[in-house]
Amino acid sequence: MDFDALGLKAGIEIHQQLNTREKLFCHCPTILRKFDERTGEIFRYLRATESELGEIDRAAQEEMKHERLFCYYRYDTTCLVECDEEPPASLNPEAIEISNIIARMFSMTPIGQVHTMRKLVIDGSNTSGFQRTALVAIDGVLPNGGSIDTICLEEEAAQRVEGDTFSLDRLGIPLVEITTSPCMHTPEEVLEIARYLGMVLRSTGRVKRGLGTIRQDINISIREGARVEIKGVQDLDLIAEVVRREVLRQKNLLDIMAKLRERGAAVLPEPVDVTGLFEHTESTIMKKASQILAIRLPGFAELVGTEIQPGRRLGSEFSDYARKCGVGGIFHTDELPAYGITSGEVSVLRKTLSAGEDECIILVAANAEKALCAAQQVIFRAATSLRGVPEETRKMLEDGSTAYMRPLPGAARMYPETDVYPVTIDRDWYDLLPIPELLTEKRDRFVREYHLDPTLSSHLVSSERVFLFERAVSIGISPSLAARTLLATLKELSRAGIDTSHISDEDLLGVLHAVEEGRAAKEAVPRILEQMAAGAKIDQALKECAPAVSREELEIVVRRIVKERSSLITERGLGSLGPLMGVVMTEVRGSADGKLVSEVLKQEISRYLKESGAAAR
Amino acid sequence: MTGELSSGDSVVCRFGKKPVSGTFITSRDGLAVVKLETGYNIGVPVTALTFVSRPEIVVSPEITVTQDESLPKLSIVSTGGTIASRIDYRTGAVTSQFDAEDILRAIPRLRMIGRYRARKLTTILSENMTPVIWQNLSKAVYEEIQQGAEGVIVTHGTDTMAFSAAAISFMLDTSVPVIFVGSQRSADRPSSDNTMNALCSASVAASELSEVAVVMHGSSNDDYCAIHRGTRVRKMHTSRRDAFRSIGVPPIGSVEYPSLSVRLEQFALRRGSVEPALRNGIEEHCGLLSFYPGMSPSSVEAFSGFAGLVLSGTGLGHISTALIPAIRALIANGTVVVMTSQCLHGRVCDRVYDTGRDLIKAGVIEGEDMLPEVALVKLMWVLGNQEDRQSQELLMRTNLKGEFTGRSVNGF
Repeated sequence: MDFDALGLKAGIEIHQQLNTREKLFCHCPTILRKFDERTGEIFRYLRATESELGEIDRAAQEEMKHERLFCYYRYDTTCLVECDEEPPASLNPEAIEISNIIARMFSMTPIGQVHTMRKLVIDGSNTSGFQRTALVAIDGVLPNGGSIDTICLEEEAAQRVEGDTFSLDRLGIPLVEITTSPCMHTPEEVLEIARYLGMVLRSTGRVKRGLGTIRQDINISIREGARVEIKGVQDLDLIAEVVRREVLRQKNLLDIMAKLRERGAAVLPEPVDVTGLFEHTESTIMKKASQILAIRLPGFAELVGTEIQPGRRLGSEFSDYARKCGVGGIFHTDELPAYGITSGEVSVLRKTLSAGEDECIILVAANAEKALCAAQQVIFRAATSLRGVPEETRKMLEDGSTAYMRPLPGAARMYPETDVYPVTIDRDWYDLLPIPELLTEKRDRFVREYHLDPTLSSHLVSSERVFLFERAVSIGISPSLAARTLLATLKELSRAGIDTSHISDEDLLGVLHAVEEGRAAKEAVPRILEQMAAGAKIDQALKECAPAVSREELEIVVRRIVKERSSLITERGLGSLGPLMGVVMTEVRGSADGKLVSEVLKQEISRYLKESGAAAR
Repeated sequence: MTGELSSGDSVVCRFGKKPVSGTFITSRDGLAVVKLETGYNIGVPVTALTFVSRPEIVVSPEITVTQDESLPKLSIVSTGGTIASRIDYRTGAVTSQFDAEDILRAIPRLRMIGRYRARKLTTILSENMTPVIWQNLSKAVYEEIQQGAEGVIVTHGTDTMAFSAAAISFMLDTSVPVIFVGSQRSADRPSSDNTMNALCSASVAASELSEVAVVMHGSSNDDYCAIHRGTRVRKMHTSRRDAFRSIGVPPIGSVEYPSLSVRLEQFALRRGSVEPALRNGIEEHCGLLSFYPGMSPSSVEAFSGFAGLVLSGTGLGHISTALIPAIRALIANGTVVVMTSQCLHGRVCDRVYDTGRDLIKAGVIEGEDMLPEVALVKLMWVLGNQEDRQSQELLMRTNLKGEFTGRSVNGF
């Protein structure tokens, strides 16, 4: 696809959780829990409310089409604030600081007085029915010459367990939302900027790491198309593909529009009750429904079944809209007979409605209220296809295609959070915030200053342990030991199924320090960590796995081995060093440093050769 | 200059690298609050703003509320509170502004329970409630009943709702349900408890009950509302939805949500058991004093000249021996003194220990198991309607509206 010719414009919204001690509006810890650790459940309804300007947000209205009862899991690490049973505490100062540091890294202008807003979100993911958010800084700079529009500090939403059940542990974890301008013009550029933004965020050392801690939303439009926001792209590798598929979707929708107009297609404004026609149907869905409505779309035949994205047809879009009313989906004549609906039933339907060849008929089956709601949704979406691409918020499906979620929310969803005081940002404070070194700069510096291998250095800076590495080096641990342990050893242990995640940074440093001081051999590090992973205290693990062998003790062991293997030494001279190294190392079981062993071994072999030579003479 | 700007004006804001347009909201702490096109509010120096235009005032179309004439005739008397509040631009805080008809528009399902007459008494936050407003409220409710209301709903801020409910309980003999309702989370939020509370209260107002009651969330879930007797209810949590609890007795009923089916306990008074009557004199010059260890006699003496004083004593109803002379002096000067307990649960008994006996000897009236606030409201009402000292004391010792229980039953 020629993205330039299609007029692709894309922007990114990145959501990154901050690794603060407490949540954004309460003093709960920012840790995730297992669902079965919940201490209780609460049940609530949500309803749309007017903004301060007296409007109801269209996205919220869409969610309200059928009333839902939400269930929330609470834990001993959540409080009444997450349950929406207590007003929020003040904005977390630690989160304000981190977000301003990030703003400074992008050369942004901080907002003098930060106002917390309520962003209406009534899909159940917030007990309050809104997500609290505050605009912190504007106008940042990107390396591709593009710009960042805003940085907002937001509370994370509750995690969906399934259906309408949510878990409150995640609700309220601070996150920054960085919104770029629509300054990207190819799928690859979107990927590149997303990577860059992620790198800058990680450079602070104060963001959460791991699956689900960073999410990208992408805004995409092509010429004649419309702005579409795709939510929740977690996998960076899929970003370019998502962009390509959305461009394809918009292009195909525009092609369909052209064909519809050429055919003089229309959407009949009233659905027709055809319940009677399916009285004897074999289709289980139709049988269960108390009302079946037909939506008539002359000129739409074949087009509703046209693929617009891999695995998605125009009919899938209609179906997404209908589902907002609580129905499972729709049927359209482009795909019938199927689903237990026979060709006979289809011809009766066509005949009864006197439908022409080029007419596509959509069927919705549910109770009267839901069926009417779904039919109206389909009529709305079908009518939109005559005008082109609708502005929408969409969600990403597994392979990079997308499904409709709700209309793009407008400004009407924003309402001041009256329970939180605005925070005044002192410009001098902002200007003095330290700007962290970028991970890319760190990578080059490690190669330059510590002579690390460039590949190792790259791995190191992309690891969340890079800051621990720097701490280790700063207390005098050799960079290669620190890098190997924090990168390779821990990874190897985890591959072997050993969970080292609860070993504290302080303990890791303690182990490295012991090696550096000669209290433990570096060969013993994996076993020490393994013991600690199993629950041993650091001193205990050091003592058990690495009673360091003194030089004198080592010399005794080596002399014995040299004596035992004298024939080998006589035969191969200093060439026996290699094979004997292994024998000694096995004997001392990692309690002595390899370098020392090699040194002592060499000394003893030389001595033996010298003495035996002298004897021979 | 913000002096020239008014809320809603379109402005250009020069603050970042490029100018952005927005809407002027208000000025606060020397900064101008501007709503950007994204909906975000930010505070910027006033000098960053340039006036663009003033929007025409759009009057939102009045939605006529159609009512089903076959449904029970209910009255909504609004006094304010968070069941009907909206943000104040000047302070950014929530204030009461809606009237009863706004509630009907906001909660359409109410129309399926009754047909309503709305009457706005005041729009205050309930901490600003006064005994004079209780009098006006009782009169308004009485008038509504006289004019054929089959049930009355009083919207009220939650902070002092229990005081008002107790006051109306004493002032009014009611033949229909008089239901106090409010919300703990402001009505401007999607999760507000106002909708469920309002629907449940309407359902109780249309029920067989004929008492003054408070109807609020019975749990943290949106599953049922409890119906509390107006003289036994207390706000027991600052913020939870289920803050209201009946103390010392079970609630007089409950309302399931969303079915709105009402269940009344056997002991709840039913329609037709009482003829409506209003007796709403009030003696405002009464006080409530909560005792603490080391309290100075001067704290008691400060009530000198008051018509009545309720003591909230420790345990069975005690204050320190050092205060007894001051209490004796108050009573000698004509103040009616009633003893209640900080324990809230259980009955006062001043015959067990010496200080208690001294209090009785000094003329203190034992308040049985009345809640301290309810005793205060009752004392104001008794002193406002009865001049004879002996009758006053007799009334204070008589259970009038369920404020006492005769028996302290297990489990409460």
